[in-house]
Amino acid sequence: MTEAPVAPPLSPWMATRMRWKRRRLLWRAFLSRHVLRPVVDRTSEIAAGDVLAFTTLRNEIARLPYFLDHHRRLGVAHFLIVDNGSTDTGPVFLADQPDVSLWQTSASYREARFGMDWLGWLLMRHGAGHWCLTVDADELLIYPQWQTRPLPALCARLEQTGAPALGALMLDLYPREPLGTGLAPADPLEVLRGFDPGPYRARRRARDGALIVQGGTRERVFFADTPERGPTLNKLPLVKWRRGHAYANASHSMLPPALNRAWDGPGDTRLSGVLLHTKFLPGIVERSVEERTRGQHFGEPAAFDAYYGAIAARPTIWSEETLTLDGWEQLCALGLMADGGWR
Amino acid sequence: MSVGFILLVHTALDRAAQVARHWAGSGCPVVIHADRNVPEERFDAFRAALAGNPNIRFVEPRRRCEWGTWGIVGATIDASALMLKSFPQVDHVYLASGSCLPLRPVPELRAYLAERPRTDFIESATIDDVDWSKGGFDHERFTLRFPFAFKTQRGLFDRFVTLQRGLGMKRSLPAGLVPHLGSQWWCLTRPTLEAILGDPRRGEYERFFRSVWIPDESYFQSLVRLHANRVESRSLTLSKFDFQGKPHTFYDDHLQLLRRSDCFVARKIWPQADRLYSSLLSNDPQITKNAEPNPGKIDRLFTHAVERRLRGRPGLYMQSRFPLSDRDNGKSCGPYSVFEGFSDLFEQFESWLSKTTGCRVHGHLYAPDRAHFAGGEKVYNGCLPDSAALRDYNPCAFLTNLTWSTRGERQCFMFGPADNQYPTDFMTGDPHAQISVITGAWAIRLFRRKATSEEVRKEAARLQRIEQAHVERLRAHWAKARIRIWTLAEFIEAPMDHLQEILDEVSPRGARRLTEAPRLTDLTGFGRFLQELKNEGMNLHVAGDFPAGFDPAPLQPDTQRRYVVK
Repeated sequence: MTEAPVAPPLSPWMATRMRWKRRRLLWRAFLSRHVLRPVVDRTSEIAAGDVLAFTTLRNEIARLPYFLDHHRRLGVAHFLIVDNGSTDTGPVFLADQPDVSLWQTSASYREARFGMDWLGWLLMRHGAGHWCLTVDADELLIYPQWQTRPLPALCARLEQTGAPALGALMLDLYPREPLGTGLAPADPLEVLRGFDPGPYRARRRARDGALIVQGGTRERVFFADTPERGPTLNKLPLVKWRRGHAYANASHSMLPPALNRAWDGPGDTRLSGVLLHTKFLPGIVERSVEERTRGQHFGEPAAFDAYYGAIAARPTIWSEETLTLDGWEQLCALGLMADGGWR
Repeated sequence: MSVGFILLVHTALDRAAQVARHWAGSGCPVVIHADRNVPEERFDAFRAALAGNPNIRFVEPRRRCEWGTWGIVGATIDASALMLKSFPQVDHVYLASGSCLPLRPVPELRAYLAERPRTDFIESATIDDVDWSKGGFDHERFTLRFPFAFKTQRGLFDRFVTLQRGLGMKRSLPAGLVPHLGSQWWCLTRPTLEAILGDPRRGEYERFFRSVWIPDESYFQSLVRLHANRVESRSLTLSKFDFQGKPHTFYDDHLQLLRRSDCFVARKIWPQADRLYSSLLSNDPQITKNAEPNPGKIDRLFTHAVERRLRGRPGLYMQSRFPLSDRDNGKSCGPYSVFEGFSDLFEQFESWLSKTTGCRVHGHLYAPDRAHFAGGEKVYNGCLPDSAALRDYNPCAFLTNLTWSTRGERQCFMFGPADNQYPTDFMTGDPHAQISVITGAWAIRLFRRKATSEEVRKEAARLQRIEQAHVERLRAHWAKARIRIWTLAEFIEAPMDHLQEILDEVSPRGARRLTEAPRLTDLTGFGRFLQELKNEGMNLHVAGDFPAGFDPAPLQPDTQRRYVVK
């Protein structure tokens, strides 16, 4: 049979390898504490049971107010943010927020495993015992009933059903106009209305049983000929953090490997969410030019030259089959997220 | 004539206080038992908040109420005794928890109970007849002993159960007791409750139930059968359980649903559901605004939720649903038809088929250059791109995505040996697939291509090998698709009959006579062509025995169809 393979239990050899990999990652995270310079540390205000958000960012002032507001409304009690050498007013803005703790670093994003080492340290230090939301500044988490049921309710539900983490699909939102035109609005969802309802393909990596979901907008437009470079779209943004947990591959997969199998089952549907990806705001074009020169991209930077080039050409991503974002009910009906019986 | 409430609380004390105040303020006595795990200072604050209310009493000493243990029943018994003693006017006692919320005004409940003064509302089902519990034990709840706590001493709990099973240990029930199970939340009349508490054998029952698993679901439920006058086996408390036996929580967005409930109290309520508390915690019908009860609506919602959770939607592969192979309920989302060789044998077969059946008909979806979607679309439903590279990256997911994003509409597509063969096994094992093959029909295209004989021979040999392997897979014993295979020679003998057979299956309800026939390709000289191939040493046997001088006549719709008279 050629369909998606069953996730076999990890071989003892692979389990050992993964254990050592996890120890290595934790050690790297522990070492990276030295490069983080605290700007504002309000972590003493964190109370037991608070939901915490962890973010690495760079020059995101355009998105920050909405990003903070959205997740505050969801019930995030405290934001722990690492600023990687921003040159805009972001750090000043963040330092003024009453529920933000800010660290700065000028170290290489790439060498810190795309910021994961830094966040790894903060998670290790402050996250244990909390539900921790690890998102980028251009990601907005939504889940079934998110307007009426705050994150603590979601976390209580996950705990009740024995789920250690919430999986989420990264959904690229894009404007109707060509990229890079118009002004950036306060609410990114005002201009970023469109999304690709499909195709999303799931497969399981043989090596460690991690699930990999690919497809979607960026693949259709930018990676149609090189699907192996297409972005991975599944993430585990919300995790009940325990000492010893580590994000392996950005926040796409975790160690110990059992966390990646939270959804493994015979056709049943677990609770999951969607990360609305607001990458394609008007500022994307200038940003791509800059990213291209910085060469800090995930994977092999040189391989993404074509991608950045394509963005600089200001394409229109909107197609006839594009759907307009309407709400979580729509995303559930399309099978992009699921309520897992949480009605 | 009054109803008294027993309130078992352990968390969200402020909400419990709010509800207690509401009931006490409506003239109902309330007896509160707080878990001993609630710290002293929090309990004191809670008590202070309710102090001075003549209708509220607290049970002391407090018991430890761990889930599934005797403590909960003990607390209920203590509270009941206190209620009966302190409030002689109480005729009905309603057991509720701190996360309960009244759905209807107290006067309505009072009127309802006054009409049924001798009725005990308690869900109580015999374990012999009904599979009431969700997972867990039925008989063994009563025949084994459970001295260890399920939540905190799981290892000991499991090992002790295994040990007792292994040793065949069983204990006998107190004489005359028939075990019953049911929801923990009841509403009993004073006489029944007095009889249960005053039973001369109460000590014996208590000893027995102390080591029953989850006694709060069986103690009163069993004893009520010995003492009650008239048992109405249902709970007045709305509480829904998921398939794991965990209670569903109600949130603000359930408000409209709860207004339609015929129950008087709901649990469990999310403590931060401000809108629920502000909209329902009132005796003013203007505020509670209850609609005509429609409990079926609530049931349907939660049954559907459980169904969706357990089985998912067929053919959906996503972040949180990635079925183990062969344990899913449907590999693809809906039926689809695969036609192999038809577009070679007939001219403009796709447009004929789409006109005849009304289905969406694609060209060769797995062609080497790109996916030939119907109408030559570059991006199909669900933003499915036609890129061959993307498709071949995961050919089966391409198909599941196509059927998913076109659900409700049958998809038909062409397939052949020149296409990517990877999805063969997937389709063969998929009950949704209808695969119709005319083997060797691809040779017609070669025949018309006017290439050199060397090229033609090589290509024919390659395609024949691929098609043979393909057909062999289709004949696998595990095939679940509806598969029909003809050789070209066989098919051409009665093409209209075969087409009719396929199409009847495609649209069974609208089974119509074919009124327009597809146009056969001109096959003049095709037999000769095959013979020449053979002469060069290439036997194209998959086409069947195609006579050298055979030229098929144009097709006519079969006007004298053989009707089957039923």
